[in-house]
Amino acid sequence: MRKTNNNNIFDNIDWVTVLIYLMLVMMGWMNIYSAVYNEEHYIITDISQKYGKQMIWIGTSLILALIILIIDENFYTAFAYIIFAFFLLANIAVPFLGREVKGSRSWFRFGDFGIQPAEFMKFATNLAIAKFLGNQHIKIADYKNTFVTLLIIGIPLIVIKILQDETGLAIVFIAFIFTLYREGLSVNYLLLGFLAIVLFILALLVNNIYLFVIIGTLCAIALLVSRRNKTSLFVIAVAGLLSCSMVKGTSYVYEHMEAHQKVRIDVLLGRGTVDLKKEGYNVNQAKIAIGSGGFFGKGYLQGTQTKYDFVPEQDTDFIFCTVGEEWGFLGSSFVIIMQLVLMIRLVFMSERQRSPFSRIYGYGVASVLFFHMAVNVGMTIGLAPVIGIPLPFFSYGGSSLWSFTILLFIFIKLDSHRLQILR
Amino acid sequence: MNQLSERKIVIVGVFILVGLAFITRLFYIQVIDDTYKLAAINQAFRPTTEFPLRGYIFDRNNKLLVYNEAAYDLMVLPKNVKNIDTVDFCSLLGIEKDAFIKKMKKAVQAPNSPRRESVFEKQLSPRDYAALQERLYRFPGFWVQSRTLRKYPMKIASHMLGYIGEADKAMTEKDPYYKEGDYIGISGVEKTYEKVLRGKKGKRIMLVDVNNRDKGSYMNGIYDTAAIPGQPLTSTLDAELQLYGEMLMLNKIGSVVAIEPQTGEILALVTSPTYDPNLLVGRERAKNFGKLYLDTIGVPLFNRATMASYPPGSTFKLMMALIGQQDGVLTPNTKYPCSRGYAPMGGHPKCHPHSSPLDLTDAIGHSCNSYFSYVFKSVIENKKYHGTEEAFTAWRDNALSFCIGKKTGSDLANELRGNLPSIKYYDKVFGKHSWKASTVISLGIGQAELGITPLQNANVVAIIANRGWYYTPHIIKAIGNNPNDTTLNRFKTKHFTTITDTSIYANVIQGMSDAVQSGTAAALKIDGVDFCAKTGTAENPHGKDHSVFVAFAPKYNPKIAIAVLVENAGFGASWAGPIASLMMEKYLTGKIKRPELERKMFEGDLIHKTKPIEKNKQ
Repeated sequence: MRKTNNNNIFDNIDWVTVLIYLMLVMMGWMNIYSAVYNEEHYIITDISQKYGKQMIWIGTSLILALIILIIDENFYTAFAYIIFAFFLLANIAVPFLGREVKGSRSWFRFGDFGIQPAEFMKFATNLAIAKFLGNQHIKIADYKNTFVTLLIIGIPLIVIKILQDETGLAIVFIAFIFTLYREGLSVNYLLLGFLAIVLFILALLVNNIYLFVIIGTLCAIALLVSRRNKTSLFVIAVAGLLSCSMVKGTSYVYEHMEAHQKVRIDVLLGRGTVDLKKEGYNVNQAKIAIGSGGFFGKGYLQGTQTKYDFVPEQDTDFIFCTVGEEWGFLGSSFVIIMQLVLMIRLVFMSERQRSPFSRIYGYGVASVLFFHMAVNVGMTIGLAPVIGIPLPFFSYGGSSLWSFTILLFIFIKLDSHRLQILR
Repeated sequence: MNQLSERKIVIVGVFILVGLAFITRLFYIQVIDDTYKLAAINQAFRPTTEFPLRGYIFDRNNKLLVYNEAAYDLMVLPKNVKNIDTVDFCSLLGIEKDAFIKKMKKAVQAPNSPRRESVFEKQLSPRDYAALQERLYRFPGFWVQSRTLRKYPMKIASHMLGYIGEADKAMTEKDPYYKEGDYIGISGVEKTYEKVLRGKKGKRIMLVDVNNRDKGSYMNGIYDTAAIPGQPLTSTLDAELQLYGEMLMLNKIGSVVAIEPQTGEILALVTSPTYDPNLLVGRERAKNFGKLYLDTIGVPLFNRATMASYPPGSTFKLMMALIGQQDGVLTPNTKYPCSRGYAPMGGHPKCHPHSSPLDLTDAIGHSCNSYFSYVFKSVIENKKYHGTEEAFTAWRDNALSFCIGKKTGSDLANELRGNLPSIKYYDKVFGKHSWKASTVISLGIGQAELGITPLQNANVVAIIANRGWYYTPHIIKAIGNNPNDTTLNRFKTKHFTTITDTSIYANVIQGMSDAVQSGTAAALKIDGVDFCAKTGTAENPHGKDHSVFVAFAPKYNPKIAIAVLVENAGFGASWAGPIASLMMEKYLTGKIKRPELERKMFEGDLIHKTKPIEKNKQ
């Protein structure tokens, strides 16, 4: 086995994945150029501009990818917990040691240059989950193990949310639910989660009294239909009570949300009157930009809504608007399809792993990418609340590009040794 | 484990489901729903109008009469105005805060609206604009649109040139080319030649960013149309002569019209009092207009040359001389007596002392009232015709063919018809068949209901000078430097009067020549120029008689025909005559050899009650 390792590091690499990665990164770079296009600095490599800087991020990302491919694959399994601990500490430290930038406490600054440790928490957490669940003796169905897994996911989430106040970066950790589901998490948990989301939305949209009546009626019907034994009676009663308390809890949770989060939810659900000049501005402008692109788009560098600053954050969180406006329906669906192709390929690659560690890690990568894409694109077209998270490989930013590159290339490295059982 | 690996299908299924949902949604907002496209156009597109340069106007010698000066309208789109430093803005514009609030209110209220651009401040000077422009980016919702103002370097011929004003609602409804506030010719040449002068507006689709900053043309301007500048006009006017005429007419009420007989080109068109055309331009326009409008004595806004109808007085005797000969009731040798008046009517109309009887040329030379009353009577009682009505109609048709009682059809914006009474009219006044030559005898000496504008009068003189024909008088001889522009075709048709026999004219011209050599205009000879003239004193029912003078020069191959009328100035030879004589001298010789006469005319003030006429007599 050692011998195969010492062969060319590019052996067994999944080039399709690498190519899709490169393609998305290049498309991202082109769109950043268009989004922040500056006539006085029209050269795409001008590092005084964001597109010039993105070029540096892309270059360094490729170097990082190369380093990851060179490092021995056993390093990742061996140091999974240590890496996790290291980045967790960094995330705990950053609010205290980092410099505050524009009210954000999540950055380490090195001169001009900033690093957001929360971005790197994603791959670190993914490694830790893979390491924990990859142990042959660990079965997730065991409540104790479920709890530990939820801790691995929950601690970074809470640290980033509470200490750094970065909702977008924190909420991403929910993505690992997909991994857990694949590894045997009871469907009941997912159904419960799904029910919670549906009831949360309904509770905000429909008069709660009607909801209680509906839940009661559904329970009654269930009682009539099911066999009337103690167990089913118990299950139905618990489900009914739980539902009612969820509805009741919704208003409590909603009332305790921050004002801007409430507004974002209201905008998404169309509750009350939305002022398109204030709280509704971002999403409305994003929709205008994308919608005005039409079928074929306005053409590269011809966007007006994005280029002329109607759309906020058009180079980072709202980069998809530039795609939609300039490349139209064709271009934006192409981007979505390419992202899907990458994720689905990652799922199938995961399934071909002999090592549970590699498989679990691979699912984590697919899940994180999917979550980012779903929320990011969803918010620009009004299907998800506005949460500040980047579109993988597209959005401007060094930390996120590095983080996605590391996340992906560790898996590519693991995959190139898929015939091995890694511990 | 195997069972669990089936869960990949669920996971991939969720991925694909979400992806499909997104693509469906994209298809809806990008392809099916148009509202976003419209919203984008509303936000990022700003259609702007490019106003063409209005055509310049030159005189016959290519002297500039009208040009354009840049001015800048400050525009506002209220919905984009936010968070501006009002104090700073007001001080930059030099207005009070109250004025700012008032102007903003006006921009928001109907017919304007917050979503509709309107003019915030009109016609900033280039200097104010320069100061404003640099800092305008700090005031979103405001921008500057360049316009042009008319400028008149020589300050002459204001009535003939006319002025431009802003199109109002009625005009925009009549012609959708205009938007409210666009400039449009209101009077004079500016009105008559509006379509030529205005050019064609251009359209630009500008892109603006979120702060309403200009980001250049949409698609590099492929949908833009450039403004087509208006065409320059070449006037028939002689600016020097016009200026000289205006100077001579200073402080007098009246009019001078000079025509080149061979072409019908108007050389000068003076109405007095006049005003500096620059007064009716720019921000002071309303104020100045009000002032001019309120001057009810001089009525400076009134164009007397084409809009005032006066009794032609003695100059109409020329018409009578022509018609009499044409009808065969008058020869150069026909003599009529004069007993200081027309004897058959008890000495009315009256006449001044002169030898009697006179023949035709002497009668013209001495402007005998009695003589032309006889002529009129002989024309109306001509046995050739069956009765008064038929004879009168023939008389009237002759006069009509000289454009008396009808518009000349010139390109001057407003022209009065004048008055040539009809049979119908007299039937109404006196009753059918109950009037005859003696009833309306004063028509023969150019009084009674006769009304003629100075322009018509000049045209009659031009016809006599030409011996029977004329070109429609006109003020523009070339459009865009092209004298053959089809718009001008109507000035290229030679019109013949009913009287075409040149010998008839020769007799009249001889009389006019005699008037200068030894008659009523003997004091007005021009050294080296043999001219023909007729003095007139138009009886004015409202006050002192008008001084009238018509002339053409030289006698053979005439270059200028002129009609001068000075209101309430008495005898034709006292004011109108010298002015006409000086103008002909100026035009034909280029210099004035009679500085004394010239000075007297320049200084004569008939408006401000310094009793100049009495002074004159001393």
